[in-house]
Amino acid sequence: MNAPMNLKPRMNPGDQRDGAIREKLVVVGNGMAGCRAVEEILARDGVRYAITIFGAEPRVNYNRIMLSPVLAGEKRFDEIVINPVAWYEDNAITLVSGDAVVAIDRAAKTVTAASGRVEPYDRLLLATGSDPFIIPVPGKDLAGVVTFRDLDDVDKMVAAAEKGGAAVVIGGGLLGLEAAHGLSLRGMNVTVIHLMPTLMERQLDEAAGWLLKAELEARGQTILTGADTAEILGADGHVAGVRLKDGREIPADIVVMAVGIRPATALAKSAGLAVERGIVVDDHMVTSDPAIMAVGECVQHRGACYGLVAPLWDMCRALADAATEADSAKGYTGSVTSTKLKVSGIDLFSAGDFSGGDGAEDIVMRDAARGLYKRVVVKDGRLVGAVLYGDTADGGWYFDLLKRGEDISAIREALIFGQAFASGGTQLDPNAAVAALSDDAEICGCNGVSKGTVVACINGGAATLDAVRGTCKASASCGSCTGLVESLLALTLGDEYGGERAEKTLCKCTSFTHGEVRRHIVEKGLRAIPQVMQELHWSTPDGCASCRPALNYYLLCALPGEYVDDQQSRFVNERMHANIQKDGTYSVVPRMWGGLTNPRELRAIADVVEKFNAPMVKVTGGQRLDIFGIKKEDLPAVWADLNAAGMVSGHAYGKSLRTVKTCVGSEWCRFGTQDSTGLGVKIEHMTWGSWMPHKFKIAVSGCPRNCAEATIKDFGVICVDSGYELMVGGNGGIKLRGTDLLCKVATEVEAMEVCAAFIQLYREQAYYLERTAPWIERVGLEAVKSALFDDPEAVAALARRFHFSQSFMQDDPWAKRAAGADAQLHQHLAEVRPFPAAQMESAK
Amino acid sequence: MIGDWLDIGPVGQIAPGNARTLPVRRGDGTLIHEIAIFHTSDNRFHALVNRCPHKAGPLSQGIVHGSVVTCPLHSWNISLKTGEALGEGAEERGACVPIIPLKVDAGRIYLLRSAVMGGATPSARAA
Repeated sequence: MNAPMNLKPRMNPGDQRDGAIREKLVVVGNGMAGCRAVEEILARDGVRYAITIFGAEPRVNYNRIMLSPVLAGEKRFDEIVINPVAWYEDNAITLVSGDAVVAIDRAAKTVTAASGRVEPYDRLLLATGSDPFIIPVPGKDLAGVVTFRDLDDVDKMVAAAEKGGAAVVIGGGLLGLEAAHGLSLRGMNVTVIHLMPTLMERQLDEAAGWLLKAELEARGQTILTGADTAEILGADGHVAGVRLKDGREIPADIVVMAVGIRPATALAKSAGLAVERGIVVDDHMVTSDPAIMAVGECVQHRGACYGLVAPLWDMCRALADAATEADSAKGYTGSVTSTKLKVSGIDLFSAGDFSGGDGAEDIVMRDAARGLYKRVVVKDGRLVGAVLYGDTADGGWYFDLLKRGEDISAIREALIFGQAFASGGTQLDPNAAVAALSDDAEICGCNGVSKGTVVACINGGAATLDAVRGTCKASASCGSCTGLVESLLALTLGDEYGGERAEKTLCKCTSFTHGEVRRHIVEKGLRAIPQVMQELHWSTPDGCASCRPALNYYLLCALPGEYVDDQQSRFVNERMHANIQKDGTYSVVPRMWGGLTNPRELRAIADVVEKFNAPMVKVTGGQRLDIFGIKKEDLPAVWADLNAAGMVSGHAYGKSLRTVKTCVGSEWCRFGTQDSTGLGVKIEHMTWGSWMPHKFKIAVSGCPRNCAEATIKDFGVICVDSGYELMVGGNGGIKLRGTDLLCKVATEVEAMEVCAAFIQLYREQAYYLERTAPWIERVGLEAVKSALFDDPEAVAALARRFHFSQSFMQDDPWAKRAAGADAQLHQHLAEVRPFPAAQMESAK
Repeated sequence: MIGDWLDIGPVGQIAPGNARTLPVRRGDGTLIHEIAIFHTSDNRFHALVNRCPHKAGPLSQGIVHGSVVTCPLHSWNISLKTGEALGEGAEERGACVPIIPLKVDAGRIYLLRSAVMGGATPSARAA
């Protein structure tokens, strides 16, 4: 069936119809669109046209979307044939396969094939489909680089897999992942390279993409997201590997290019038809030439091109209506599409618009235990989008609601639970739904607590959520039943239930508090922001400006050296390593250890101020020099100049160690008792670069006169004749708070160890954006002392953890940027300025 | 027509969750305005004048979540789709920043030329 064919119809068409000559319909493209269009035409009028179909592939029409199961070894080619030879014969269709049409003569109304064959037409149908997009990298033409478009490609992949070895799939979209799955099942060691940070980013949001990535990795595939291919490497003319732009090299015996498709428009373009991205057609699938129609992936309809199969069926119906002048010809009005991934064992569905925003409301349900993620998007009372991962049973129902565009306000509250629940009728009020549950219905799956138990516990005096969690453990684990427990509190207590939780939740995206989130991250071993959001049932797809930075910090603190900082979850100052000012420029503060400086540093700062026209330099309260008015584009150059004079980032912008302020101490001062300056410099060298829940300021005063103002710092040292008084929890901000005495030590070494231990305790226990002052007021000074001093090993253990974390943190971020890292954060995309001539034109 | 749209380069120039800026100048070099082009984590692109309606903060430097950006100066939330401030406060209600019509075609980003050159269309809802 793979040999070129030239099927002559068994039944002689005769070219006659009731004495009239039949119109000649020539179809270019023997694929799913072309043949379906012919089927639709035949169904309406079986004798109107004498039909000839040209196909470039040397075989009959098969179901291209089923190539994935063929590659995976789940189907054979003959099982995916749609139109066998008999269909062409029975319908008197001439099939010219293995012979591509290369030219159209619109004036003569003929087409010419590669073989030289010329076929006249009355009406021409273009169904040329699409071509795989080949990324223009060196090595793209090496043997062993294949696309995933037709049966020949599948044969090449199967042949490669038989030899075993490694496969690289470039493209983590629908097609790429299906290719990777097939090759993996055939025993190859598969790596998927995807440019975007989220797999299938057109169909999935970040949360579902993360679940998919985790599942594929669990199946042994290597998934590299945010990976940009630089070159395909070869040896002896055959592919040998792929090199990424970041320098990584992945060995490969076969490379599958599956980055996308482009409408195949070359033939139409050379014939002079209107072509933009695709062949432009009207609602009746007619091109700019009334005798030529087009259908399928090659067309552009109302600005849209489609790469999925469902729109094609709609197009073919509209085309057949028009081609047979059916009375009911309403035309094609565009399609809403849905996607399912054909990878066995992974249930994934996506439809419509789930980009959220602007009046659109997200309803998210997550079930970590079952690996479920469901998100539906409602706008103006209508369902406009859905993403389902793990359970796609309701995909069809959502898609139906979406296409019909009916008002779903009446079932909105129950929508996320699916058809069975939403159609129940009585569940419109969530409290009513809970009231309707039987006493033995399970409320908390984690701890196996029934409704009856929760109600008994509330009647027994547990009048708040925390009391219920403390008594019968309902909602105390994963928290996904928090809403149900709150409903039971409201139902059982009536007006007596305040509804208020004692402690505020981290943000509106979650029902957990900061403390609960921190505890879960550690206990469950969570390692990434999307994973925290999934496991803790976040109600938004990708969080908000409050929770993202908090989660980023909590993970960074919990996993030193392992967690990869998420730049998109950092406030601007921490992303830009400078302080944004009201006019959008930045201020730059180089580090001056303990407030000490020298002529070289001062000259470098002076030179920077002049070179970059900084309008102001100011001495800060923390004994540093602050250079104002630097544009974001100039920051790397400013840093390069400061680095050259030996200065590093002062972290004046971070939730981190800011400054160690010192007085001159015993070296100069007639009252000084210890070397406060020297100790301050040592402490700053120990603590700089550490990320904290909030900014952290230290000071060292050489005597109780306290010129360094150590008693309003987060950590203060007051030197006395007999040693060092260590003070904590001071704050000179909105709410003035003097420090508490933590302890007194005899040596510098002890002072530094307690300092490290105290910082680590604060890093591990405080909530994000909680300074030491409110933290100590919340937990109590005694609790802090107890955590540090009850166990004689505690200080050493905490200090050890701090130093371990610091071993990854003390890396000047300015130097990396000055050397060119993250240049896109500093550079404009481009600049728009009209030519002077155009300007003069408009001036007239 | 393609002439109405200004090609500002391939989509890969802006990483998801980020924004980049495009200053627009007159022939004599004076700034007309700066445009911020955003790439959201679910892979949509939006363009707005890079100026918060509150105190003119550079929106391009804010944290992007969903199709909202939080201004770096005072944490106003601005819809990337309409340019409207999303808060309920008296100041926020009705405040908006002009949006620049944007389209993505064959992997490249295009902005509506007339809006880029300063005839910015007001927010979709501000009528």
